[in-house]
Amino acid sequence: MFEVLLRAQQLTKRFGGLAAVNDVSLELWRDRIHAVIGPNGAGKSTLTNLLAGDLAPSSGQLILCGIDITGWPAEQISRQGLGRSYQKTNIFLPFTVSDNIHLAALSRDPQQPWNPLRWLKQARNSIPAQARAERAVELSGLKDRRQAVAATLSHGEQRQLEIAMTLATEPTVLLLDEPLAGMGVVEAQRLVELLLQLKKDHAMLLVEHDMDAVFALADHLTVMVNGQVIASGAPTQVRADASVQDAYLGEEH
Amino acid sequence: MTKANLEVFAPSVQVMLGLGLLALAAFPLTGSDFYLQVVTRMMIMAIFAMSLDLLQGVTGLVSLGHAAYFGLAGYALAFLMPQNAAASLWLTLPLAVLASALAALVIGYFVVRTHGIYFIMVTMAFAQMVFYLFFDNKMLGGSDGLYINFRPSATLFGWRMFDLDNKTTFYYFTLGALLLVYAFLRRLLWSPFGRVLAGIRINEHRMRAMGFGTFGYKLSAFTLAGSLAGLAGFLWAAQTGYINPELMGFHMSAHAVLMVILGGMGNFAGAIVGAFTFEYVLQVFKDLPQVGSVNLGKHWQLWIGSFIVLVVLFAQRGLLGLAARLGQRRSRRDV
Repeated sequence: MFEVLLRAQQLTKRFGGLAAVNDVSLELWRDRIHAVIGPNGAGKSTLTNLLAGDLAPSSGQLILCGIDITGWPAEQISRQGLGRSYQKTNIFLPFTVSDNIHLAALSRDPQQPWNPLRWLKQARNSIPAQARAERAVELSGLKDRRQAVAATLSHGEQRQLEIAMTLATEPTVLLLDEPLAGMGVVEAQRLVELLLQLKKDHAMLLVEHDMDAVFALADHLTVMVNGQVIASGAPTQVRADASVQDAYLGEEH
Repeated sequence: MTKANLEVFAPSVQVMLGLGLLALAAFPLTGSDFYLQVVTRMMIMAIFAMSLDLLQGVTGLVSLGHAAYFGLAGYALAFLMPQNAAASLWLTLPLAVLASALAALVIGYFVVRTHGIYFIMVTMAFAQMVFYLFFDNKMLGGSDGLYINFRPSATLFGWRMFDLDNKTTFYYFTLGALLLVYAFLRRLLWSPFGRVLAGIRINEHRMRAMGFGTFGYKLSAFTLAGSLAGLAGFLWAAQTGYINPELMGFHMSAHAVLMVILGGMGNFAGAIVGAFTFEYVLQVFKDLPQVGSVNLGKHWQLWIGSFIVLVVLFAQRGLLGLAARLGQRRSRRDV
């Protein structure tokens, strides 16, 4: 059974006179990967930022797991169950892999910064956080790299860490902004397998330029151009759409 | 953990800190009243520097107005101390710290919303407001400040626990406060709270995306740092017997920033080393002799400025970082 976990209705974001995202509606379902493609400047990243609460929409509505989250700040949306990974690797470079993931896992412990008793606890002793971190390490395949400092990781490993940190927050909806960018063939293959494995418990939005991966993974495809959705549907159907071919895919597809 | 912040000390640094503690514990044996007071003051400045390090080194919030919270607790003690009898330490200390905490909470509520250079400017602006409130107000002591006629009395239910009028007792009381604050902050560094503050320093945006309400964390850190600065200010006022606006002025705030940079940020031991070094070097430069027609001592600001520039250029992680590096080199040679 499918289940809508995130619903965006007529989202619009204007910067001055420019509508970077214009009247976009989409639904993310559990056990489905929803890919968004489009040329540079199409508004894909702005859309991701709107869904994650990094930007507030000019108009439109966002429903996450049945709750209206329109206008919520990013941290609250995250705690409501949305996890995102960034296009540009956005990790804590001076920390070890283990510390990066553990920090992410701590975000789901009770947050009481003003409580002096919690100032004296040891972060490492949080058993629920340990369990979350351990699961994320296992899933991401960084088991042998736990003690490595994040800054010393290869680009592909940093991408893996990026995703591991997102998973450590145990999201129900995953927004992945170009997770495969710059990855080697083997690493990319492993990540594709991971995403397929995660799919059954999560709703996923995938912004990706690698068309082979998109067609291998996506259950639903949305094409954006100039902030607007020009086509949306099953990947095979979208691929056949003449306007999409003109606008984006080019003739070889 | 991060190498850049020296959160974990190499054995050589641990040995050095241990020796430093022994020296502090044994110092009263030298029997010099004058130097006992000088070192007491250094320890008070070390507490002040550690409180700022929580913001500057751990959380990445450089405050140029931290002296306001130092001074406010001193003023609180002056107001609480009657003209003709000593007030209780157990009453004045918590109230003075609370006064600083409240000020930090209210000011923090506005300033922690800002970032980078704006945070620096806004903290400074608020501190200047506090400074002029006292400077221009005769009721609050004006530019001369206030005298505190007695040291707080440590009597509890008729039992006199110790006597702060005794310089050696005051020395050990301050040393105890220094060690407690240090142990508390080191423990806090590894708590979920401390880890989140470190995360905010490195990448606040990502922290928010992971679900941390960073505003609450920064405000708590700001309030806690203000309270600990208040503890230092209370001790300063109790030791010297006066408080004036200069003690919450811009220079005082800037000195604390320099102490933390000098010693090495984000690990609290560096702040202690920085405070001691800064105060010592300051005295050395102020005592420089007259050479020909030039009074070198009069230009102490020039010398201390050059000294700090040199340390920053050649020891980017401060003096403690330098010690760690030298220790490493030696152990490598031994192997």
